[in-house]
This record gives sequence, C-alpha cells and structure tokens, in this order.
Amino acid sequence: MEGWGRYPRHESQAIDCWLPEALAGTVTSRTGLIGRGNGRSYGDAAIGEYSTLMCRGLSRMRRFDPSSATLTVEAGVMLSDILRSFVPRGYFPPVVPGTKFVTVGGMIASDVHGKNHHRDGGFGDHVIEFKLVVASGEVLTCSRTHNPELFFATVGGMGMTGIVEEATFRLRPIESGWIAQKTIVAENLGEALKALQQTEDATYSVAWIDTLSQGASLGRSLIFVGEHATLDQLAGMPRADRFAAKDAGVVSLPFDLPQWLLNKTSVAAFNELYFRAGARKAAKTSLVHWDKYFFPLDGILEWNRLYGRRGFLQHQCVVPAEDALPVLSGILDRFARSGKGSFLAVLKKLGGGNGLLSFPSPGYTLALDLPVTQEVFGLLDEIDELVVRAGGRLYLAKDARQSRQTFEAGYTRLAAFKELRKVTGADRHFNSRLAKRLGI
Amino acid sequence: MKGIGKTLLLIGATSDIGRATALIYAEAGWDVLLAGRNRSAVQREADDISARTGASVLIHELDILATSRFEDFVGVVSPLPDTAVCVVGELGEQSRAERELEHAAMIMRTNFEGPALLLGLLAERFAARGSGTIVGISSVAGDRGRASNYVYGAAKAGLTAFLSGLRNRLSSSGVRVLTVKPGFVRTRMTNAMKLPPLLTAEPREVAKRIFAVAEGGRGGDVVYVRPIWRPLMTVVRSIPEPIFKRLRL
Repeated sequence: MEGWGRYPRHESQAIDCWLPEALAGTVTSRTGLIGRGNGRSYGDAAIGEYSTLMCRGLSRMRRFDPSSATLTVEAGVMLSDILRSFVPRGYFPPVVPGTKFVTVGGMIASDVHGKNHHRDGGFGDHVIEFKLVVASGEVLTCSRTHNPELFFATVGGMGMTGIVEEATFRLRPIESGWIAQKTIVAENLGEALKALQQTEDATYSVAWIDTLSQGASLGRSLIFVGEHATLDQLAGMPRADRFAAKDAGVVSLPFDLPQWLLNKTSVAAFNELYFRAGARKAAKTSLVHWDKYFFPLDGILEWNRLYGRRGFLQHQCVVPAEDALPVLSGILDRFARSGKGSFLAVLKKLGGGNGLLSFPSPGYTLALDLPVTQEVFGLLDEIDELVVRAGGRLYLAKDARQSRQTFEAGYTRLAAFKELRKVTGADRHFNSRLAKRLGI
Repeated sequence: MKGIGKTLLLIGATSDIGRATALIYAEAGWDVLLAGRNRSAVQREADDISARTGASVLIHELDILATSRFEDFVGVVSPLPDTAVCVVGELGEQSRAERELEHAAMIMRTNFEGPALLLGLLAERFAARGSGTIVGISSVAGDRGRASNYVYGAAKAGLTAFLSGLRNRLSSSGVRVLTVKPGFVRTRMTNAMKLPPLLTAEPREVAKRIFAVAEGGRGGDVVYVRPIWRPLMTVVRSIPEPIFKRLRL
C-alpha cells in the first residue's frame, strides 16, 4: 500500500467497509488500524500499521438543509461529489484543498486548508459536528460543546482518535461557478510576501513560485487572487453558463515518465513559460472556471506518475510571519543551489489552526515536490533544520520522511494529544505507519 | 430542483447500479420510488439521492423472493411509474450451487423468477395504460453457459428470453421493453475480482447508458453497456459445442 507520492510503500491489510453499522465491530476487533479515504495523502498517513479501513464505501450524503446551508454526509463522500451536486445549486464548500479527489473524513483528519485560510480558517473550522467511532466501538457525537476534547483532537488528528462516520458542515452560497481572478507579478520573495499580506482581505490568494530563479529574483512569483464572481461581473453570460459544469480529469497519464525527463532544464523551461504566460495576464481581472482555479492538477488524472516509479516527496512547511523572509529565502536558496527543481512550488498565508495537531499556524506556508532520489533526503533534513529553528512545522498529510525530532519541535500540543489517545484507548486500536514513525 | 412530473420505479435500490441509476433519473428531475429488501438500507439510498439532488424520494419495502406480495405491490403502486428498472441480481457461488440445491434455487429465483414475475405484472398495468418503459438488467453470462457461473448464467438467460418475449408481445402496445447487459461493472459484487479495464464499466456509466437508451431512445432493445461486448459475445456464442466444452472460460 502506498500514498499519493508512492513513497514509502508498506504492507497493510485492506478492509472494506460498506455500511456505517459495520464500523464498530471492525474497530473493536483490530489493532494497528487506520481509516483511509481516497488515498490522496502523500506519505504514510493513511497506511494502517497492520490494517487499513477503506472508507470509500461510506459514500452517502445524509441530508441537506437549504435554510441553513448545512450538509451532513458520510465520511467517505468525495469532495468532487459535493461540488458536482451543489455548485449548480449555488453553494460552494467552505474550504477546499488543492485536489477535489479527497473524502470528507480525510479533510477533517488533515484539517485541510485552502486558498482562503488566511480569512476563513481550515475545513475543521466549518465542521459543526461529526460522529466518531472510538476505540470502544461507541459512536460519539463530537462538536465544540459536545465532547470538545475529542472534537479538537480529531480535527487535524490524522485518524488517530477514531473513525469519522459522518460529518455536518456549512456550505457557502455563491452567485456563480466562476472565479474573478487577478494576477500579481512579484519579482522576488519579498514582493511576494508583501503581495500576500496586502491581499489579505481577498477571499482566495495563493502564490506560485519559480523555484529555479536565484539571486535578486529568488522567489519570483505569480500571485493569484480570486473571488467568487457575482452576477453583475457575469453580465451578458447566459443563465445556463453561470454554473457551467465541467467534466474534469479527461486526460490520464497512462504510464510512468522516465526520471530523466524531469531535470533542471525541462523544469526551468516550463517555469519560464508559465511565468511569462501569467505575467501577460497581470493587472486585468479574468473569469476562471472554479475547477481550473482550485484544482489545476486534477485535470491530469494520476499526475503523480510524472515523477516516475520511484515516487516523489512533498515538503510543506509553515513558518511564523516575523521571520518568514529570511527563513523562506534560506529554504528557496538551498533548493535553487541543489538544482532540484520542482514543478510545483506554492506559497500562501495561513491563519491559525484549532485542532491539537492541525498543521496551519499563523505565518506563511511553502510547498514543493521533489522526485525521490538518494540525495533528496539529506537536502530535506537540512531544510527541516531551518524550519525548526524558525519555530515552524511540516504538514503531516504530505509527510513521508520527517524525523521524530522535527515533528516534536513543531507540534507543541503533542503531549495533550497523546494523553487523549491514552485515555480513550485510541493508542491501542488506531495506528498508522506515520504514527509509528513519529512515535505518536 | 424542477420536477418534470415523471416517476421512476427502481427495483433493487441498494445495488451499486441501482443507486447510480436512480441518481441519474433524479438529477434529470424525475421523481423516484426506490424498492428494496432492507428498509433502512433503502432509506439510506433515498436520503443520499434527495440530499444530492433536492428530489423527493419515496421508498417501498419489497423482497424479490416474496413473489406472493407482488400483486399487492403492483396493484397499489402510485403513481404508476413511467419507467421501471429492475437491477436485482445475485451472483452467488457456483461451486456451492453445484452441491446445495437451496443455494442454486436462490440464485435462479433471484435472477429469473422474481424479476420476471414482477416485470411481467408491471408490464400488464403499463399495457393497460398504453405507455411505459420496462428495463431489465440481464447479463452477458446469459449469452452462453460457462463452467464458472452457469447457474447464474442460466437464470440470466431465462430473464433475457422472458424480456425478449415480453417485448415481442407488447411491440404495438406503447410499452417498451429493454434488456441491458452491463458486462463487468466495478461494484461491491466484483470488488474482490481483477477485472479487465477495457471491458469494465463504472456503475454511473451503466446508469447513464440505461437513461440514454430508455429515455433518449438511443440504441436498440438489447443493450451491451460497452459496445465491445457485442462482437465478443457473438464469437463466444459461435464456438462449436465440441470445442467449447473443452475450454475453461
């Protein structure tokens, strides 16, 4: 079994689950179990130590209340299904990550953040309540007032408190399925951070960084700022097109690309083209379909095969705002000098996270992915040093390799989390390979 | 969601194909009546469809083996549906069916007797009204008996023949009768099997095809969900028996 990054790979027995009623029996009779949604966490977070509960069968929506825009769904419901059903009806999920092929259970376990985190917080902040199957097999309703300790341990808790059976959260009303996007060009990292700071009032903002530029243009970026387009911005658009559906994911990578294809020259060429294309659009507002704005990579199904059979690592850290410029410069510089170019380098501003193990904390997050090679591990260890010294941390949903020291330095509420695991008996039943590796 | 004043009756609502089919109809604005054996499981599907589409979905408890209840059900079902789709099926275990009469009988009754009697009764009411569409889900396994699943295959062959005869009889009555053969479908039933991708459909793909043929009038009366199955099964059917009996297919 492997995660989206295809590294690492572990043996784990897959257990199918088709009915919510069956969860309790499975949980009480197992140890070393972890829930798995659509397998989009990158590393070993959704690989059970011994067994892995495949939750995709828990895919039924339970009810939608239009008066409050609250939706209750089973944990295996995919974000793509929610979008397909509700965008045409004028609603959008409160928070979406960079792919729509994730389940609601996974979004809670990872307390996923989106391009609106600086303003709206993580997915967990919009969850009203959920039902959690705990180690004893009991199904507990958790909210901010009901079992709050379990609620805040489960949000961002990477499945280590139990199995989420169903969850209730609020959708946001939208006037159209389009995003009004503005592109800002930043010539270096300092400008990029400033632009993200200045666009804090915008609903969505994210920066794409050219990781290969060095020196004075280290961190040159395109910042994409977006708002849900209002009806008057769509003047003249036929009614039927306002929520235009789009069947994404038509192209699929049918094979693994050879590793030599992804080298410094090809990435540099791609980055240059991408940067220039973006810069041409700067200053004017354009309408972008929601699917393309939020999920550009979903258009290529199985894009993880870009990186060849050996897989890839994603490194996503967050560092506090005060030192962000020197620390992130140091990290980017280190990457640029190593020549390990990355197609995808993303920078964005985060607010705080509320779960005990939630990744987001106030500051800036930088995400890059790198093909798995022998040298890359040493490079990432060095970069982790910079992150830890700045008081930052790494995103567990994407982690495949950080050390226990790095993890413990970053997650300061770990002791409370472990204590809760012990008290609820979760430590005896729920363990992923990630939990083992990091000693949780 | 705007209603269009048409009703689908879906028999076998908790199967993956049934669920996907009911959803496609609901998305198109149809009212949906779900029938199935386990009330709470059918309710779960009804809630799902109504949350996803805003449609109002009714449920009816119905066991395909309880044939004595069929007349009551068909007599009271209201409104009389415009289209009835029966997806009930049970693969069973061939080797067990070879030893246990009861298991073999269950497979035959679930795949043939129940669906045929129920669709037959519905067809009578449709014919009296002068309109309606009957869709029976049969199987490529019914095209020729094979060692690995001939009890299931024989029952599906029976259903295929029944639907063919029904269609023949009702051809001028305003009632359409369709036979759908999905081929391999990625469902709970086939979850443990390794299936050839080119021949394997997703439940939603089957559902879309059913809707397109039944409501759009595209395609013939006997539908293979993936077109490649038609030539393939023509070949399988034309292998002479002396050779076929030596093959392990």
